[in-house]
This record gives sequence, structure tokens and C-alpha cells, in this order.
Amino acid sequence: MPDKKQDLIDQTLQDLNNDGVDRRGFLKCMAWAGTGLVWTMSGGIPMSRAFAKTADRSAGKGGDFSFVQISDSHIGFNKPANPDVTATLQTAINKINAMSHKPDFIIHTGDLSQLSKPGEFDTLDQALKGASAKQIYFVPGEHDMLNDNGEQYLQRYGKGTKGTGWYSFDHKGVHFVGLVNVANLKAGGMGSLGHEQLEWLEDDLKGRSASTPIVLFAHIPLWTIYPEWGWGTDDSEQALSYVKRFGSVTVLNGHIHQIMQKIEGKVSFHTAMSTAFPQPAPGTAPSAGPMKVPADQLQQVLGITDVNYVVSGRSLAIVDSPLGA
Amino acid sequence: MTGKNVWIASFAAVVMIAIVVLLAGSPSVTADDQSSAANAEVKIDNFSFGPQTLTVPVGSTVTWTNRDDIPHTSVSTDGLFKSKVMDTDEKFSYTFTKAGTYPYFCSIHPKMTGQVMVK
Repeated sequence: MPDKKQDLIDQTLQDLNNDGVDRRGFLKCMAWAGTGLVWTMSGGIPMSRAFAKTADRSAGKGGDFSFVQISDSHIGFNKPANPDVTATLQTAINKINAMSHKPDFIIHTGDLSQLSKPGEFDTLDQALKGASAKQIYFVPGEHDMLNDNGEQYLQRYGKGTKGTGWYSFDHKGVHFVGLVNVANLKAGGMGSLGHEQLEWLEDDLKGRSASTPIVLFAHIPLWTIYPEWGWGTDDSEQALSYVKRFGSVTVLNGHIHQIMQKIEGKVSFHTAMSTAFPQPAPGTAPSAGPMKVPADQLQQVLGITDVNYVVSGRSLAIVDSPLGA
Repeated sequence: MTGKNVWIASFAAVVMIAIVVLLAGSPSVTADDQSSAANAEVKIDNFSFGPQTLTVPVGSTVTWTNRDDIPHTSVSTDGLFKSKVMDTDEKFSYTFTKAGTYPYFCSIHPKMTGQVMVK
């Protein structure tokens, strides 16, 4: 049976795009024209619906809600790949504000700033003040921990967090956990959660009913995408072992400035686009640095992610939309 | 050759040999000494340190220059030195006063590693 199910999943995902181009090919094709795609798991089989149809959720069923993930705003970056990251962040915020359903909150998965400078954080805060969702949850990226081991970041965004800034909260029955895997990095290694945080995580999840949907969010991917470029977390296996027993787990990450998704059993992994600049696909460039695209295509390779939780569904529906057509 | 010329030639030869011997023993002319007084450079680009292994004499000052479009740092794995963040074109220098092998990495992108060998 698993083979048939996998074939159906593959076929469905293939059909979703209607042009035979896979998710990774999407970025190269860039013919997406700004529409989004919703896929949900219903009884274990993913189904797709065009974004426009599902946007009409006026008959929301009580516990349903949505939130938006943005990532890698890199305020302060000003090189050719994007000379004005504040402008593209504003475009992303405008896009959030234009959504037909208002998100309950925003999650920023890190690299808020380019150089951890106070002015950069100020600019970010100022821009986010204009977002329709007033509650914003953050986790730091490695760019937010420079020079002061994250002091500045913690002062601004670390209220109620532990250690280097980890924490959890509940929202309408879904348990969210913000993890920090960009502190105390070891030479030659990738992202790292560390012993203290892993102990805290195990304890935090203990005793929760397995039917509680779990959302983990952290900056660096919690699955190994490309170790040569540090795209992974050395000790994430242990963290993932703590969520294995839950019926629905969603992992949201940033750091790589492109969309990558993976489903492993009941765990869905997703990385978001940046609102600042794209990065090359693994191994397609000498390094992971900012990737320059023609100016008129920049908006297509930056984006936001709309995440929808439907009470009857088993999983969260994740919709990525580029900033522009 | 005349006797006098032979004498001059021999004298010149002895003097030349003596000079060569003196020079060989003196530290002031060999190529090695050139670099112990000067700086050595590590260029940071494309998420890597170049050269990845740098060998310098004791007393050398190594200067890291970031030519990448992303900030990097240079941090000794043994805690001996730790640069501030270097944005594009910024530098960091450290003087190695003792012989040894000094591995270091970029604390922002820890897969970037290098070493300075001080002889």
C-alpha cells in the first residue's frame, strides 16, 4: 500500500502545478503569476485546491485559524542582490494585509537583521507595526547573534524566553515551539540546539495529548538539506524524536531563502522564501550567498507563507506566495 | 696569467667565498626573513578562507579581509582570538607570537574553517 499512496501523492503534487514542473523547478520557471496553492492532508491523502477558492473562509469553523510565516528580512543588507530589503519587506507586509482572511499572528523565522545593529532592528519593528496581525513571534537567525551573543536580540524579542531565546505557546489548541539553533555553533558544524534546550523541549512536550497539533519553528532547517553549506541541524534528530508520537507535526524553518518541503510520516517540513534575497539551490553555485536575479524577477523569488489550520484536518495547510508576478 | 693576476684572482675568490659564507649565515638576506617582518593575508570570499591553511613565521601578523557580500568572522577554536563581525571589505588582524597550529572558523557560518600554522 505505501507505494500506491506515494504514487498518488507524487501524481497529485505533479498535477497541482498543471505544467509538470516540480516545486524546485518552480523557482526556475517563474511562471507562477502570483497565485498560491493549498494542499491539505485529508485522511492521509493530500488534496489540492486553487488558492482563490479556499480563500473564502467566511464559514470558519470555530477553531480554524491561520497565521503567516515570514523569514530572513536581513534589514541592513544593501548589496546588488537587493539594494532595498526594507522595501521588499514592506511589500510582504502589504501582501499580508491584503489577504482576505486576517492571520491571527505572524511568525518570523529569523535573520531579522543583517548585522544585529540596533538601527536594523528598529527599522524592522517600525515596518511590522503596519501589519494587520499585531502579535509577532520571533526566533533569531545567526545574523541576529553577532558581536554580543544575541544580547540585543534578547532584549528586544526575548521576553518570556529561556536560554538563547527558546519558548512555547498554545493557540486555539495548537502547540507552538520556537527553537534557537544558531547559538554556540561549533567549528565545522551546522545548526545546533544544545543539551539544555533539548532537555527543556522534552520536558515541554511531556504529558501533552498525542492529538495536539505541534508546530516547531527555528531558523536553520531541522532536517539535513545540504550539509556542505551548513543547511541542517546537528542534533535535530533528538528533537524530532520527542515529537514522533504526535499525530500532526509541522516544522517551519528559514535560512536557505527558498522553499523546500518534505513529509516524513506525520511530520511536514517546510522552509520559507526570504523577503530580502534568494539563494541558489544546493550545489548549483560556489557558495550559498545572495543570488542576483534580473530586477524585474526579484519579486517572484521572495515571498510569504500562509499557514492554515482546519480543525477537522490532520495537518496544517501551507501556502507559499511570491511577492509579485 | 701573470703571478700578480693569479694573486688578485685568488684573493678575489677567497673574499667572494668569505662573503657568501657570511651571507649564508646571516638572517638579513634570505627570503624567509622577508615574511616574518611583513603581514600575511587571508582573503574571505565565497564562504571560504583563502588560503585555508596559511603558514607563517613566529611574530607574523595575519590580516583577514572579507571580500564576500555577506558578513563573516574569524574565531579561534581555542579561544585565542575572536574578530568582530566583518562586513564586506572590513578587516581583522592578529599577531601570532608563539609557534603552533591555530585552527579557526567563522562563528556565523561554522562550516567555514581554516588554520594558521606558525613555525
